[in-house]
Amino acid sequence: MNDMRVVERDVDINELKMKARDVDVFYGDIHAIKNVDVDIEDKTVTAFIGPSGCGKSTFLRCLNRMNDTIDICRVTGTITLDNEDIYDPKVDPVQLRAKVGMVFQKPNPFPKSIYDNVAYGPRIHGLSSNKADLDQIVERSLRRAALWNEAKDRLNEPGTGLSGGQQQRLCIARAVATNPEVLLMDEPCSALDPIATAQVEELIDELRSQYSVVIVTHSMQQAARVSQKTAFFHLGELVEFGETGHIFTNPDDPRTESYITGRIG
Amino acid sequence: MTDAAANAPILPRTTSLYELDARTVRRNRSEKRFRLYGLAAVMLGILALILLLVSILSNGASSFRQTYLTIPVTLSAERLDPSGNRDPAEMARVTTFGYLPVIAQSLIDFVAAEGIETDLNPQQFAGMISGEAPAQVRQRVLNNPDLVGQTVQLQVLVGGRIDGFFKGRVSMSSAARDSNVSPEQLLLAQALADNGAMVTRFNWRFVTAPDASDNRPEAAGLGVAIIGSVYMMLVVLFLALPIGVAASIYLEEFAPKNRLTDVIEVNISNLAAVPSIVFGILGLAIFINFAGLPQSAPIVGGLVLTLMTLPTIIIATRASLRAVPPSIRAAALGLGASKMQSVFHHVLPLAAPGILTGTIIGLAQALGETAPLLLIGMVAFVREYPAAPLEGFFDPASALPVQVYNWTQRSDPAFVERASGAIIVLLVFLIFMNAMAVMLRRRFERRW
Ligand SMILES: Nc1ncnc2c1ncn2[C@@H]1O[C@H](COP(=O)(O)OP(=O)(O)OP(=O)(O)O)[C@@H](O)[C@H]1O
Ligand SMILES: [Mg+2]
Repeated sequence: MNDMRVVERDVDINELKMKARDVDVFYGDIHAIKNVDVDIEDKTVTAFIGPSGCGKSTFLRCLNRMNDTIDICRVTGTITLDNEDIYDPKVDPVQLRAKVGMVFQKPNPFPKSIYDNVAYGPRIHGLSSNKADLDQIVERSLRRAALWNEAKDRLNEPGTGLSGGQQQRLCIARAVATNPEVLLMDEPCSALDPIATAQVEELIDELRSQYSVVIVTHSMQQAARVSQKTAFFHLGELVEFGETGHIFTNPDDPRTESYITGRIG
Repeated sequence: MTDAAANAPILPRTTSLYELDARTVRRNRSEKRFRLYGLAAVMLGILALILLLVSILSNGASSFRQTYLTIPVTLSAERLDPSGNRDPAEMARVTTFGYLPVIAQSLIDFVAAEGIETDLNPQQFAGMISGEAPAQVRQRVLNNPDLVGQTVQLQVLVGGRIDGFFKGRVSMSSAARDSNVSPEQLLLAQALADNGAMVTRFNWRFVTAPDASDNRPEAAGLGVAIIGSVYMMLVVLFLALPIGVAASIYLEEFAPKNRLTDVIEVNISNLAAVPSIVFGILGLAIFINFAGLPQSAPIVGGLVLTLMTLPTIIIATRASLRAVPPSIRAAALGLGASKMQSVFHHVLPLAAPGILTGTIIGLAQALGETAPLLLIGMVAFVREYPAAPLEGFFDPASALPVQVYNWTQRSDPAFVERASGAIIVLLVFLIFMNAMAVMLRRRFERRW
């Protein structure tokens, strides 16, 4: 199984996890996403890059229907998860979000204890049958988010009492704890120091063995390091989407090249 | 920006930091002035508060003290039980008026036995005793017919004027002008006080006893009014809090933002500004005339006050719901929590301190409200305690603020003391509720 995966990755025949076609997003009259097609493969890290305000977060939020919570936001086009249309009227977004987890751009821990923060998802989804089980999930999640060593002695202290970077890792642990199939991460490392960043990148790489991960980042190096696929957004359009190696070494579009080399942004 | 301004050369600083320039001096002066204004405003407020408290306390504190006469009373059998068979049903035929001479005679005998000199006639002796005393003695005798024929040490209320004499409200000179009391009676009262038979002491009766008629201020108490107010607060709490919170949660978290909800929102704010007497008229029309609920019952008062309190609670609740950062909701939803889970697990607990504070402020407002209660008949003179909940909610009762209003309308100056005392009780309740609001707030407050 393990070596299979390596082979799969190398020849790039991973299954399609999510598929977006002709997606447009409007905030009232603002056309924030213009006719975007993206394929998100299983067991793959997909990076979204692009200048600030180009719609990366907006598109990310379409993938777990968090845009539904914004009144003025309107999404058209089709997005599928395992070939099921997630915008189908039959779909309950709550059920979708349990499968497509999210880490937000700004750390937003609940004002509860660190333990309760991580345990919340497993609790509401009934992922654990007893306390010992839950303890184990919490520990594993915190370990994966590289927070265990700092948090293990203060599990009952409020999550809001952590530093910004620790809070962000707590949010990652919280998202991982629910066992999502797809994990959306909006600039998860923007508040982290290089060591924690490396740990989170390691986590992302590890998560790739089971899930597909979509990460928004402003760091070209990070995108190059962790992702297999990269999508470059510019002014709401998807300019280029393809193999990370290809995008970073030999982009097809001149706009991609100027962004990567730091000329627009 | 014009090109000229953009291109203007940046000149090096020429002034010293040690010298204040004119603008700084002016700015500092105006700041100082503003601080003085603020301080003056605060002082004025504190002064008004102190004056209010001093006047109420100096007027009302004495209502918690009451003058009693303790003498041996001979409950003569031929007067109180003419048939002689100790049957309470037959003894009940002797009315309160039959008891007054018995007590008065005992007082005369006591004064004579103690060797106190006085030339009062029996009627004047009787006039020193409260009109309430015979009724109390009668009640006691009817409860325990064996007392008849015995001489028992009894403690009886003295009249309002005599009580006022010991509290400094009535003086010899005012008694000379007063048809209800004579200086000789006061002299005797003083002698009895020196003797130890007449004492003025702290007594809970003011808080527990029911109201009394116009000419017995010494017996008037707040018992029925307090029970009525507490019942009404219970009705308000159990109706306004759930309804208000449910309405706010729906409006704030679930309702689509459209014209209709805008209209509702504006109307709720308007409702908060409606004069309270209008709610009284509404209550009279709907709850009493249409629904047929009894007049002057706490349930009706509670319903009217609920209508009045709802907007306050809704506004406070919505404000505290809105103060919960949207990122908390997003975090919960992002984890696959339903809207309801996100509200009840995360938003509501964070909003709870604000909601509780709003509720208690609303309750405190309702507790002090008088006008609407006047319209639904809560001014009635009620001497019977209402029963225990729930049927007690339908019994006639009074309410604290209405009792204050009621007493200030009465002619006997002793009721001024009673009204101020009632205000003190009302204030104690309000302070207690506010303290509770602060405490709950501290307890539940969480930072994020
Ligand atoms: N809630 C909203 N209401 C209205 N407009 C919005 C909203 N959220 C985003 N937008 C607009 O949509 C566009 C894309 O925003 P988005 O947040 O997706 O950018 P981004 O690529 O994530 O930027 P950044 O890198 O700074 O996070 C912007 O022009 C923004 O103003
Ligand atoms: Mg963003």
